[in-house]
Amino acid sequence: MKPKRILIREEYCIGCRLCEVFCITQHSPSKDIIRTYREKDTKPVSGIYFEEKGALSFAIQCRHCDEAPCVENCLTGAMHRDKETGNVLHNKDRCVGCWMCVMSCPLGVIKIDYKEKKVVSKCDLCIDREFPACVEHCPNEAIILVDGKGERIEKEKELKK
Amino acid sequence: MAKAKNISEFVIERDMNKCIRCQACVRVCANDVHKYDEDTGDIISDNVMCAGCHFCEDICPTGALTIKRNPSDTRKNANWSRDYIYRIVKQASTGGILLTGMGNDRPYKNYFEHIVLNAAQVTNPSIDPLREPMELRTFIGSKPDRVICTKGKDERCFLKQHLPPLLELEVPVMFSAMSFGSISLNACKSLAKAASDAGIYWNTGEGGLHRDLYPYADRAIVQVASGRFGVNVEYLEKAAAVEIKIGQGAKPGIGGHLPGEKVSSEISLTRMIPEGSDAISPAPHHDIYSIEDLRQLIFAIKEATSYKKPVGVKIAAVHNVAPIASGIVRAGADFVTIDGIRGGTGAAPVVIRDNVGIPIEIAVAVVDQRLREEGIRNQASIIAAGGFKTSADVMKAIALGADAVYIGTAALIALGCHVCQKCYTGKCNWGIATQDPYLTRRLNPEIGAKRLSNLLRAWSLEIKEMLGGMGINAIESLRGNREQLRAVGLTETELRILGIKHAGEAW
Repeated sequence: MKPKRILIREEYCIGCRLCEVFCITQHSPSKDIIRTYREKDTKPVSGIYFEEKGALSFAIQCRHCDEAPCVENCLTGAMHRDKETGNVLHNKDRCVGCWMCVMSCPLGVIKIDYKEKKVVSKCDLCIDREFPACVEHCPNEAIILVDGKGERIEKEKELKK
Repeated sequence: MAKAKNISEFVIERDMNKCIRCQACVRVCANDVHKYDEDTGDIISDNVMCAGCHFCEDICPTGALTIKRNPSDTRKNANWSRDYIYRIVKQASTGGILLTGMGNDRPYKNYFEHIVLNAAQVTNPSIDPLREPMELRTFIGSKPDRVICTKGKDERCFLKQHLPPLLELEVPVMFSAMSFGSISLNACKSLAKAASDAGIYWNTGEGGLHRDLYPYADRAIVQVASGRFGVNVEYLEKAAAVEIKIGQGAKPGIGGHLPGEKVSSEISLTRMIPEGSDAISPAPHHDIYSIEDLRQLIFAIKEATSYKKPVGVKIAAVHNVAPIASGIVRAGADFVTIDGIRGGTGAAPVVIRDNVGIPIEIAVAVVDQRLREEGIRNQASIIAAGGFKTSADVMKAIALGADAVYIGTAALIALGCHVCQKCYTGKCNWGIATQDPYLTRRLNPEIGAKRLSNLLRAWSLEIKEMLGGMGINAIESLRGNREQLRAVGLTETELRILGIKHAGEAW
């Protein structure tokens, strides 16, 4: 089964970087935006990367590749494919910090933690959440969620404001 | 020292307990109001630059920002308010005409707010629009004096004469003329898509028809204005109708000026002018100095489009509006658009916007009355524009005699506009009145079209409710039905001009 993916529509990215803010909040212990930013020690690293050049900007995160070099190159099986969803996930307990995944990722969307010598952040498509936080909070729908066939998945219709 | 420093119209309040210093506000403000200090980690906001567009307030993930009107006030003076004092300060330092955007913001009497609608009680039943069909379909264009039919063999009727071309609207609301140039292409796309989806029409303004908008051209009314920008055979042929623009409610008697820096390659292509050159629409049409001249242009366009499309004329509501409209109808126009004093614009001198023209309520009433008296009301539709804020305003305008209304500001508000009146700066944070590639991308036409469709749906539901309450099941029965209106607190003169009775007077 092909996993859900996040599709980038750079023509609508306004460069507010709220995707990062909500990615960080979602992966924090409290999941409360203000507490997350206040408690610097537990503030996670964003799994979404913002790129910008001139008027062009977009946010990119793990593509959960069909043939994922990070999974192939992982020595311990820490970087693995989830059997149910097909997402590429990272198991911190098994990670030995060889950073082969970082080396082999063609998009450079895996971040390293120099202190703990482990992988610290990688998009997990918000597994414990119905809908990825970045997609939900993108004010201009510059990132959208698509299913295996490439069709858009929308969150329960709710009128904004 | 007579030199005044810049005055801040707004005060930005940042709740430091809530601010997480994500710098979203810093990144999105086109006016560079918010600045992040790398060394201290503080975000400093410069009130002077703030246009009051509320974009940062909207984007702030924690709701830490509040934009308030600057409470700092001058000595209380009924004559010299802060507004007028600072206008003079500004002009004393610049020596220029003060510019502004959007519609009139002066507190002129809004007649819609002094008119109430009727409802059916006991002697005639009201209708529940959720259970019974309700007809909002409206036809814009010239209607024949009488319908002549012949009966065929199987008792079916056949129309004997040729009917003039008509525009069919699902809701008697259309999107006003807003050109690509004055608004972004994404804003045009939103309007065009919503109009196509909702079965109404949008208007290109004097900006030409961009190629990306060709799929929506069958729902486009194209404008031929004094600058003739973007007018060619394809433009006329693709459109649903053509509108000759003589004037605009926000700036009657004034032309247009799209500064060269906004004329990008796309605009230059669409308007057919060199890139970077100013697009100047003259104040008058240099080939129209009389009704006869206007007739020539109307028929030139009708000829060019093989009499297959309605051709209308848009004028600003001015003192002589009724006779002018009568002349326009006699010149062969299929619809007359009247734009009232509250009509919006991308840029106009403040004095013109605030002081020239008459309110649309009055203009519609007098034009409808005049055309009826002359027996030519059926020859053209009346489209009212300028300051329609709610569906009730639409109802009242239709009861006063309009066939449909144009909404401009209301549509832009649906797209995010907060009516900050800074359209002329080209720094619209909402991505509407700008051509800056950083800003135009903020308006995602998919979202825009959805929001506009929602607005139209909401208004049509409300109109149906109000009609049902009156015991009327078709908008046609409300058109010019001034008995459904009563005035509250208007003078004898106003009642006479509007042609309505005061509240309390029975039929």
